[in-house]
Amino acid sequence: MTRAWVFGDDLDTDQIVPGRYAPFMVGQDKFHTYAFCDARPGFAKEVRPGDVLVGGENFGCGSSREYAVAALAKHGIGGVVAKSFARIFFRNCINLGIPVLESADALALVHDGDAVTLDLAGGLLRAPGGDAHLRPLAPFAQEILAAGGVVAYLREHGDFPPVA
Amino acid sequence: MPKTVAEKILSRVAARDAKVGDLVIVPVSRVMVHDSVIDAVIAGLRDLGRDRVWDTTKVAVFVDHAAPAPTPVVADSHRVLREWVRAQGIATFYDAGEGVCHQIMVEEGYCEPGTVIVGSDSHSNSYGAVGAFGAGMGATDIAVALALGRTWLRVPESIRVTFTGRPRKGVTMKDAIMRVVREIGTDGARYACVEFHGAGSLPQGDRITLAGMTTEMGAKAGIVVATPEAPDWLFPDRGAVYANEVTVDLSTLEPQIAVPPRVDQVVDISEAAGQPVDVVFLGSCTNGRLVDMRQAASVLRGRRISAEVRLEVVPSSRRQFEDAMADGTLLSLSAAGAVIGSSGCGPCLGRTGGVLAGQEICLSTANRNYRGRMGSPDASIFIGSPYVAAVAALTGVIDDPRPYLEASDAEFDELVARRRAERGGRGAASVRSGDRSRELMVAAARTGVAAEIDD
Repeated sequence: MTRAWVFGDDLDTDQIVPGRYAPFMVGQDKFHTYAFCDARPGFAKEVRPGDVLVGGENFGCGSSREYAVAALAKHGIGGVVAKSFARIFFRNCINLGIPVLESADALALVHDGDAVTLDLAGGLLRAPGGDAHLRPLAPFAQEILAAGGVVAYLREHGDFPPVA
Repeated sequence: MPKTVAEKILSRVAARDAKVGDLVIVPVSRVMVHDSVIDAVIAGLRDLGRDRVWDTTKVAVFVDHAAPAPTPVVADSHRVLREWVRAQGIATFYDAGEGVCHQIMVEEGYCEPGTVIVGSDSHSNSYGAVGAFGAGMGATDIAVALALGRTWLRVPESIRVTFTGRPRKGVTMKDAIMRVVREIGTDGARYACVEFHGAGSLPQGDRITLAGMTTEMGAKAGIVVATPEAPDWLFPDRGAVYANEVTVDLSTLEPQIAVPPRVDQVVDISEAAGQPVDVVFLGSCTNGRLVDMRQAASVLRGRRISAEVRLEVVPSSRRQFEDAMADGTLLSLSAAGAVIGSSGCGPCLGRTGGVLAGQEICLSTANRNYRGRMGSPDASIFIGSPYVAAVAALTGVIDDPRPYLEASDAEFDELVARRRAERGGRGAASVRSGDRSRELMVAAARTGVAAEIDD
């Protein structure tokens, strides 16, 4: 069973991995162990592959630091669901193959620690309090995610997916 | 359809009619990469199966985020970066001490107006100071841009910000942009381009302050229109549609302060007056230029900073550093008690050069005050202009700089003394090195003993 980790509005990348624990500062093999070390002590030990992060507005704001998302990928985060996302964080998730989905009602329906199921095909985040609706991603982003990220997509296809 | 500046640039570079909401794939005129993400960028290129960047003449590489290297791990990463730059044959390389990537990108003319530039740093929006569509991206996006020379973008909505009037003495464009952030909020310009009107004739440095801080509103780009650098076509069409419009009357603007831990939690300075500070940081791509250092020096007026405060000054580039050296500004800041750091990002992002301890309170001229940004997560960061920074260094508290700028010498000393007395102490007063050895030299000269201090 995968659980939900619920955060509020304006969660910035310094909260996800503080700059002082950048891979650049502590090495490539350790930085993810500092995920949410200030904002949510214990996260890095307790998080399990497939767990889902739920947030409010402007999730992932702040620095362009991709290692914030790379840390989530290293922990096997199954997806991030929030009311809205900061643009660089959004791109970084798509690029690294983490489903990143806007939902108007997830924050109200899902409580921290809830057992949840991310149903990408059904466009729902299923939780004990009800099913949150996920806004469909653009086909362009869906194709990159389906390949597992932009590097895998480009290796396979040699160029970006077509744009409408 | 009438077009915004963002739509005009993206239509031109994509060679199609680009409207808000369209996805476009566009060529980039330059890619900026800096030290703190170089490992991930090199790994991204390797994973893409590309040995070489697409065009070595269009790549600019900087060592600025943790420079000079504070630890062996960082030093190793810098070494890897230098080896990569050499192996790739990239000539546009600025090593530690040359300055902050954004300052150099703009002042050394690497930002072609009307083109798209991507950078591995969120403040790449700064390139809009000269009319370039600069967007910050993560390491993998940058690796892709280095491999293909192209990137994908969603054509953004635009927010029109108009400045009217002239700011009063002691009020700066830093205050103006903080007023805009206060109005729009940290996510009010999410995915959008902020288009600045009424700022095109400002000095380039002020325009970097404006464009760079659009990042703090979530913007994809921030573009100042009608700059001397920009071609005539780089202007919105009459009737272009904006998602939001904000006007700031500079003539009535008060100095602004961002209160931790949010950069959009901005108040008029009167509401923050009297707030004690322990550390003052004057620097960053937002406010580390000659003009900023001169403003600070003009407040300090030959006085020493408060014994309760440490003042860190980090010029934003070697050019700014040397100009401030040549005109005596750096000497007067040092004489006042400032620590002068080598050009670069300094402590702005908490990696090197004077990071904050727990419980410490900082007044910074930079652009972010998130929890943990400059070191300890238990430190607090207020953001203000260089004038406010200088007053805080002098008195140990946040205060309105305008009375200090207008005061006679006697009034000035009284203002400073009153603020220092109100603040009280909690640190230990440092001896200023240089004073004691000078006194010994004078004493030796008086007694006729030759002081051979150079042995």
